[in-house]
Amino acid sequence: MDLTLSASELAFQAEVRSWLAANVPAEPLPSMDTAEGWALHQEWEAKLAAERLSVVSWPKEVGGREASLIEWVIFEEEYYRAGAPGRVSQNGIFLLAPIIFDHGTPEQQARFLPSMATGEKIWAQAWSEPEAGSDLASLRSTATRDDARGGWVLNGQKTWSSRATYAHWGFGLFRSDPDSAKHAGLTYYLFPLDADGITVRPIAQLDGEAGFAEIFFDDVFVPDADVLGAVGAGWNVAMSTAGNERGLSLRSPGRFCAAADRLVELWKTHGVDAPQTRDAVVDAWIGAQAYRLFTWGTVTRLADGGEMGAAGSINKVFWSELDIALHEAGLDLLGPDAELLDSPWMDGFVFALSGPIYAGTNEIQRNIIAERILGLPREPKGAQKEVQK
Amino acid sequence: MKFERTDEQQGFAEAIGDMLAKADTVGAARSWIDGDTAAGLGIWKRLADLGVNALLVSEEDGGLGGSLVDLAVAHEQLGYHLAVGPWIENAYLSTALAAGAELDAVAEGAVATVAVAPQVPRALDGDVASARYAVIDGTLVTATSGTIRTSIDGTRRLADVASTGTVVGSRELDAAFDAAVLATAAQLVGAGERVLADSVTYVKQRKQFGREIGSYQAIKHQLADVRIALDFARPLVHGAALGEVPASAAKAYAADAAYLAARTGLQVHGAIGYTAEFDLSLWLNRIRALVTAWGTPAFHRGRVLESLVN
Repeated sequence: MDLTLSASELAFQAEVRSWLAANVPAEPLPSMDTAEGWALHQEWEAKLAAERLSVVSWPKEVGGREASLIEWVIFEEEYYRAGAPGRVSQNGIFLLAPIIFDHGTPEQQARFLPSMATGEKIWAQAWSEPEAGSDLASLRSTATRDDARGGWVLNGQKTWSSRATYAHWGFGLFRSDPDSAKHAGLTYYLFPLDADGITVRPIAQLDGEAGFAEIFFDDVFVPDADVLGAVGAGWNVAMSTAGNERGLSLRSPGRFCAAADRLVELWKTHGVDAPQTRDAVVDAWIGAQAYRLFTWGTVTRLADGGEMGAAGSINKVFWSELDIALHEAGLDLLGPDAELLDSPWMDGFVFALSGPIYAGTNEIQRNIIAERILGLPREPKGAQKEVQK
Repeated sequence: MKFERTDEQQGFAEAIGDMLAKADTVGAARSWIDGDTAAGLGIWKRLADLGVNALLVSEEDGGLGGSLVDLAVAHEQLGYHLAVGPWIENAYLSTALAAGAELDAVAEGAVATVAVAPQVPRALDGDVASARYAVIDGTLVTATSGTIRTSIDGTRRLADVASTGTVVGSRELDAAFDAAVLATAAQLVGAGERVLADSVTYVKQRKQFGREIGSYQAIKHQLADVRIALDFARPLVHGAALGEVPASAAKAYAADAAYLAARTGLQVHGAIGYTAEFDLSLWLNRIRALVTAWGTPAFHRGRVLESLVN
C-alpha cells in the first residue's frame, strides 16, 4: 500500500501546477450563469484546450493527452487547489462524452467531441420532466418516427436542465415506442438548442441566477445521425451517464480538499469569534481527506480493471453531504456576514445544496446502497416503483 | 500509487479472521467478563503465534518489523471478532519500550498493559497482565495494579495504577501513542463492520406487518448511512498509517462511524438488541468504550486542528 507518485506522474503534476499558476485569472470570473460570465468561462475553456488541459484523459485526436486515471485525479487536485474557474463544459465532458465514447458512431465522435473539448459547443442535460424526477423511467416526452425525412420528431417538456439557458446542444431521453412503459422503448437523442420548435425558458435558482432551464419541444426534427446508441436502448445508455455523474468523474476530491483548506484559513482569522464551529471545521477537513483517500482506493481498483458499480452511490451521498457541511461551516465562521452575497462561501453553499437532489436524489442512492450493496429486499410491488437500475 | 492492501496484508487479515472466527471469541469474552480469563488468554496466545503482538517490534529486536498498515489490518480483525486483552496497549508498548528484557517479553507474547494519563488513566486488564507500565509526566515506569473498575464493556477490566518508581528504558512515546490511537480506530472500524453485518442479517429475516423489516426504506436508509460511514473510515485509518493524515483524524472519524453503526444496529434490532444475552450487546458496549478510549473525540478533533493551524 503506498500513495507515492511515479516520476512521470510527478512531472505531469509539476507541469499542470506551473501552467495554472501562470494562467488562472487573479480575480474569480463572473458567474457562468450570466451572459458576461458565460462568455468568459467559454474563453477559459479554449485556453485550457490550447494546452490540452481541458480533457486530459481523452485521446489525442479529440483534444486530450491520454492521461491515466491517476493523472486525471492529479489534474483535478491541482486545478481546484489553484482556484481555477468552474467548468462550464462539465455536463458535456463528464456526462455525455463517456457515452459518446462508448455508444457513439465514429462519425458522432468526430463531429461532437473536438468542439466539446475546446468549449466551442457547450452541452446541457435534458433528463427530468415535470412528472419524472426520481422516477425518471416514467418520462412522457415522445419521439415519433419520420421515415420521409429519415429521423425523429420530438415533443414534450424537459426541466431542471443545467446550463441550458446559454448552452448550444442538449442530450436526453424520449419515449420512441408509444406502447412501451418504464425503462423499455426509450431512445437517447442529441439536439441543437436553437433547433426549430425548441423553446428554452430559464428558471431562476435559489440565488436568483438562471443556472437551469426548462426546454419545450414542439415537433422538433432530429435526424438519425443524432440518435446516440440503439433505438429503444436509451435507458441503459442514460444509466451509464448517471453512473458517471454520481461516481468518480463529476466530483473530484480536489475541489473538496481545496475548499477544506480555505475553511481552515478562514478559521485562523474568524475562529476566535466562533469557537463553537471548531468541530464543524475539523470534521469538514477530515471528510475532505476521507474523500481523497477513498478516491485513491477507487482509482486503484479501477486501474486494476474493477468497476464502479453501485459503489458510485456511496460516493455520491458522501460528497454531496460533505459539500454542504463544508460550506455551512464557512458560513458559520462568517457570522452575521454569512448572508452577504459577495462571499464565495454563500455561492458555494447554494451550489452545494443542489448536490443531494440531482443525479438521483440521495434517497434513491440509499435505496441502491441498501439493495445492491447490503442485499436488502426490495419493497413489494406497488409499495414503490422499481428502483432505477 | 496503489492504495489497497497488498496480497500479503490481505492474507494476514484472512489468517487472523479465520482463526478468530473458529475460536469462539464470544464465549471467551463472556468468560473474561466473569473473571475466567483462560479462554481469552488462549486466543491471545494464538494471535501471538500469528505475530500480531510483535508487528511493530523490529526484526533485530525479535519482532516482525511490520508497518502501521499491518497493525491496522490486524486490529480491524480484532475489533470485528471482539478479541479480549490489552491489544491496543501492546501496540503502544511495542513502540514505546526500548530494546531490552521488557521489549523481549512483549515480542514473545507476554500480556503487558499500560496507562497513559490523562487520556488513558487506567491500565486495561491490569490484574491479568504479567507486566504493567504507566507513563507519568512523560516518563515510562513500571506500575502496580490497584482497584479494578468496571467498564460498560465488561471485558475491559480497568486497573488503577501506581508507579513503582522504576523507570523503564523508552523511545518514541508520541509515536507509540499514535500507534495505539490508530489501533483503536482500526478496532472501531472492525467492530462497526460486525454490527452492520449482523444487523443486515437480522433485518432480512425479522418480519413485521407481513414482510422483512429490511424492505422498509426507514431501515434501509439508516443501514446505508452506516455502510457509507464505514467505507470512508477505513481509508482514513489506512491513510493515517501511511502518514497522510494524523492518527487523530482516523480515530475521530472511525469513532463516529462505529458509533453510528452501534446506534443504528441497536435500533434496527429493537428490544432484543437491548438485552445482555444477545451477543450484539458485546459489540455495542465495546464500541461505546472505545469511542472515548485513547483520547475522546473532542481531544482528537483538537489535535487535528492544532496540526492544521500550526
